Amino acid sequence: MTLKTAAPAPAAVARRAEHQARRRKGKSPYPYWFYLPAAVVYTALFLVPTFASFFFSFTRWTLTDFTFIGLDNFVQFFQEPALLKGLTNTFIYGAVTSTLKVALGMLLAVLLTSRIIARGYLRSVIFFPVLLSSIGVGIVFTVLMDPSKGMINEALAAVGIEGPAWLVDPAWALLSVAMVDVWKGVGLATVIYIAGIVSIPQEYFEAAKMDGASSVKCFFNITLPLARPATATVIILSLIGGLRSFDLIWAMTKGGPGFTSDVIASVIFKQYQAGFYGLSTAGNVVLFLIVTAIILPLSMFLNRKEVEQ
Amino acid sequence: MTTALKRYGLGVLAIAVTVVLFIVPLAFMALTAVKDRREAAKLDFAWPTTFNFIENFQDVLSARKFMLVTAFINSTILTVASVTILVILAAMVAWILQRRRSRWNGVANFLILSGLIIPPAVVPTIWVLQSMGLFKTLPGLILIEVAFGLSFCVMLFRAFIASIPKELDEAAVIDGCGPVRLFFRVIFPLLRSVIVTVIVVQSVHIFNDFQNPLYFLPGDANATVQLTLFNFQSQFATSYNLLFMNILLITIPPFIMYLFFNRQIVAGMTAGAVKG
Amino acid sequence: MTTSRRRPWGSLTVGVTALAVALTGCAGGSGGSAGGGESKTITWLVDNTENTVTYAEQIAKDFNAANPNITVEVETRPQGGEGDNIVKTRLSTGDMADLFSYNSGSLFHQISPEQNLVPVTSEPYMANVSESFKPVVTAGKEVYGVPVGTGNAGAVLYNKKVYEKLGLSVPKTWSEFMANSRKIKDAGIAPIIQTYQTTWTSQLFVLGDFANVAAASPGFATDYTANKAKYATDSAAIKGFEHQEEAAKAGLFNEDFASATYAQGLEKLANGEGAQYPILSFALPEIKVTFPDKLNDIGLFPLPGEDASKNALTVWLPGGVYIPKSTKNLEEAKKFQAFIASKAGCDSQTKAVGANGPYLVKGCDLPADVPTAVKDMLPYFEDESRNSPALEYLSPVKGPALEQITVEVGSGIRSAKDAAALYDEDVTKQAKQLNLPGWN
Repeated sequence: MTLKTAAPAPAAVARRAEHQARRRKGKSPYPYWFYLPAAVVYTALFLVPTFASFFFSFTRWTLTDFTFIGLDNFVQFFQEPALLKGLTNTFIYGAVTSTLKVALGMLLAVLLTSRIIARGYLRSVIFFPVLLSSIGVGIVFTVLMDPSKGMINEALAAVGIEGPAWLVDPAWALLSVAMVDVWKGVGLATVIYIAGIVSIPQEYFEAAKMDGASSVKCFFNITLPLARPATATVIILSLIGGLRSFDLIWAMTKGGPGFTSDVIASVIFKQYQAGFYGLSTAGNVVLFLIVTAIILPLSMFLNRKEVEQ
Repeated sequence: MTTALKRYGLGVLAIAVTVVLFIVPLAFMALTAVKDRREAAKLDFAWPTTFNFIENFQDVLSARKFMLVTAFINSTILTVASVTILVILAAMVAWILQRRRSRWNGVANFLILSGLIIPPAVVPTIWVLQSMGLFKTLPGLILIEVAFGLSFCVMLFRAFIASIPKELDEAAVIDGCGPVRLFFRVIFPLLRSVIVTVIVVQSVHIFNDFQNPLYFLPGDANATVQLTLFNFQSQFATSYNLLFMNILLITIPPFIMYLFFNRQIVAGMTAGAVKG
Repeated sequence: MTTSRRRPWGSLTVGVTALAVALTGCAGGSGGSAGGGESKTITWLVDNTENTVTYAEQIAKDFNAANPNITVEVETRPQGGEGDNIVKTRLSTGDMADLFSYNSGSLFHQISPEQNLVPVTSEPYMANVSESFKPVVTAGKEVYGVPVGTGNAGAVLYNKKVYEKLGLSVPKTWSEFMANSRKIKDAGIAPIIQTYQTTWTSQLFVLGDFANVAAASPGFATDYTANKAKYATDSAAIKGFEHQEEAAKAGLFNEDFASATYAQGLEKLANGEGAQYPILSFALPEIKVTFPDKLNDIGLFPLPGEDASKNALTVWLPGGVYIPKSTKNLEEAKKFQAFIASKAGCDSQTKAVGANGPYLVKGCDLPADVPTAVKDMLPYFEDESRNSPALEYLSPVKGPALEQITVEVGSGIRSAKDAAALYDEDVTKQAKQLNLPGWN
């Protein structure tokens, strides 16, 4: 950007003016080179691999050498029986976790901004799991969800309910992991919503109360619409997390039983583990396309609505 | 009357529910961590007949030649280094991005959004790291964490910087501040609260990261804490007591973080997530 | 009595062993004095099972006692796919440990031995290594590794007390096995233990049946490698899947088969809660650690097939210890290999974890007090017509998803026929990645 210093000031102009002119024109207080260190790291370790993935997804690859095989990987990837399952599972997982996080997060936030006792304790205890490691949480819940000896089913049995086999029942496995994901992540949604609700001007509620509006009405007519930015954030964050989710599923079911709780990320990982680097990278490209195709339009939609208000 | 009922009734109900849903699993983890191997294998919520805290603690620490100790050192270096770099680089980017409107803004915004949503391509990343000689090195993993965390941090910073009046910059410029001084002496201190948020959020995130160390930093000498869980969850036999003791130990640092920075997280989320 | 037992590979005289030990020992001595007591540290990468780590550390310690100027540092890695990956990437990036333990057979071929490993064919200590082991660590014309650990079997471990109580005899055919299992079920004991939380354990019906497949169609392994035989279409090969399906449909598994882990399976077997567990015999040292007093209640028989006269044991050969080309301590690494391939090396392992099967090093005798199940196993090892190496030692073609597929069969999610066909597709990927002739 120093190239712009060309324009010479007339000699007659006062020194101070010259000084200022140079600063204004040549040396912006916001120099572009501030981007540079971040750009280098980001380009080398994120952009280059992302672009390279498009190339290597068309190869059979051993890291040291590769053979170009055209669309074979994609064909094979779509023949992989786990993939279709993985694909639908990815959508289900993303939808279930973000819906529950929005609903529960909103509910808890309303509760925690109302005048109930022990708010500090409640807020802390709900938020704490956000800080735990997914692997640790996954292992603990795998044990709790053991169908015969696990605490959850023993507790249910005590009140006369026969709990499902959770992680080992093909019908429940994915949902069980999704519920643990919600357990771990609802605290973040709650905190975001609390922030959203607190930022709503108190006058709205006071005015509504003057008009004799019930608290249910207040919720639907004031809290819900005005907390929309928070909702958008929660949806986008949990969808991105949900569609890419790997750690928790890997710690709890490894995609099992069989392939019933596989998601795309776990399918990719399995191909990688098996040494099918080209195939795994093709899976990465598929996941990339899917996530982009969902998140991009959704976030544009949510943000546009926001602007219109 | 009804408000009092609501205040106490709902409160008590909420406390009861959270105890069952949140406290009991955590207590279970702690209890299992102090049982002996055979009792722990029963997976029940029973009170341990013998307390083996010291013994399990020593076993976990000394397992595989004090691998957990090495892992704590590695994880600390990883977390501190990547968060420091992240905070500085992300704040620099966010500041320029927020202040200087240009044709680069569109590109930068696009890249930031990409960083948030695109799942990193694992094997090509390994390939790049390898060609730079950084694969399987701590500096390599640090840079990975920086690259993958940049977008989120820039977003948080940018939203916050928008609330700092631009007149402040102009005043500083008139006083003769260069960009570097302006940024580090004037702007950076003003970002204190969002910096705390970024530090807390990112350090917990990086400390808890499992996938990236697994891919990019394999090998025992380099183990990070999340990978140590493998020691006790081998395919062949599981020592649940040691496994849970390990989980307990690696939960302590995030817990301490939380004790000290609880408020800042919530305050920071207000600035970052909602406005962003 | 077992001390005098002769094994097919035990034929070479103790003299050669002694000579080899003397030679390497001598070399160690002179090296040490020439270097003026300069000490070196070499690293050895092994998997992180308790058993492996225990014997590895004992070997390292005893080796150091014999060669005070060389210290061996044991590094560990996870097992399974994650471990495979670590080995492959460390080899391809040239920063492998000075020695590493890794599978023999098909997985060995996947780490590009000719490119990555130091051939040791003509080293004097290779004379100690059993001839039956050398083929599974040979690539091209060169031999690359020495065996560590013992031979194992993929078979049914059973609780002898349950068998005695119910008056059952060891089954020789699949129908006898099913008949036994029904009687066990009637007695209120889980007849067949399955543990699908630890997915790899689900594969034994298929993998452990291979000796029967090899007996029924001897050319299967070769045809399979050449893309000419398939699990789904070979009537002998599909039996493993069918047996698993049949047992599952008959309700012969323990109730918690879907959520049980390997460790729990062993506990059931040891306590007599379950009677029969198709598993690899390296479960025995695990039982020994956790249930030492129950170890000798456990017996072993091969997975039964259709024909009693051909019932054979499927054998897993031990892994090898290899030296990567990237090592900077080649002399020391070779000395260490020599130690592992010697009687002293076997003795270290026996001292650390007991003998859990026959060693594949000449001159290594098993102590008299080997577990009952190992005694059951030895006759099969001694008679070559009564055992076959598992398919993974005979063919490089092995699909990565078999364990998920067999979990599905055992859980009733997928039929045996579908499963076999799906597995055939799965191995196609592997064969293509390896660029095997006949697959592209």
